[in-house]
Amino acid sequence: MMPTLTLFLMVSAALFCIGLLAALSRRHAIFILIGIELMLAAANLNFIAFWRFGPQPQSPTGVMVAIFSIAIAAAEAAVGLALVIAVYRHYRTTSVDKLNQLKG
Amino acid sequence: MSTAAFIVIAILTLAASLAAASLPKLIHAALCLVVAFVGIAAFFFLLGAEFVGLVQIFVYVGAVAVLIVFTILLTRRADEKTAGFNWVGVVIALAVFAGLIWTILQTPSLAVSPPLMEPLTVKRIGEVLMTDYVWPLQCVGLLLTAALIGGLILVMEEKR
Repeated sequence: MMPTLTLFLMVSAALFCIGLLAALSRRHAIFILIGIELMLAAANLNFIAFWRFGPQPQSPTGVMVAIFSIAIAAAEAAVGLALVIAVYRHYRTTSVDKLNQLKG
Repeated sequence: MSTAAFIVIAILTLAASLAAASLPKLIHAALCLVVAFVGIAAFFFLLGAEFVGLVQIFVYVGAVAVLIVFTILLTRRADEKTAGFNWVGVVIALAVFAGLIWTILQTPSLAVSPPLMEPLTVKRIGEVLMTDYVWPLQCVGLLLTAALIGGLILVMEEKR
């Protein structure tokens, strides 16, 4: 008995919504980055699942997209965490609620 | 690919990611995030994409998690309260989850078993990466260089 594509998509949807929860409901900037990483991982899981369950083409497109997506997510994490450190140096806080200088 | 392994990995991954999203202490959340990433890599192994699973472990568990922990340690303050939870976010996330699950269950063509396939070798991935995907590869190289320089510039000390 093998799990079907539906089960993989449901796990991926749950993972995405947990990431969305972290990104929307937490005040801390690093929690928002953690949520974004979880959402990206859920998208990667979808790519790999659709590649595995679909017809097998000549070139493994889903695997390739997942590899590039992981590389881009690493770049995003590096720049995002550098931004968190820069913001902390400037405002001495990492709570996104207190970064309200542009508020009208 | 067995159902028991799927269930175990799914429970581990979802529990760890839920803990990463909801634990009050940031360092605990970062360590739970590592467990969640290992679970996702296990999913990749289960699906027959061993190379992507290894890349996931190297990049996320090896690099991104260490980066997150270092950032937490560099920006920690004793008096900072991590409390403050926005319940609107919970409602939105639950609504999105219900919509996604409803859409998945409404699509009957998704309930398929995996077809047989020959294992995907690293040699094949390397060949495809150097032929069909050579331009995306160059673009990712450029992007990583730009991210490296940008990250350095962002955290450089400001000289006045």
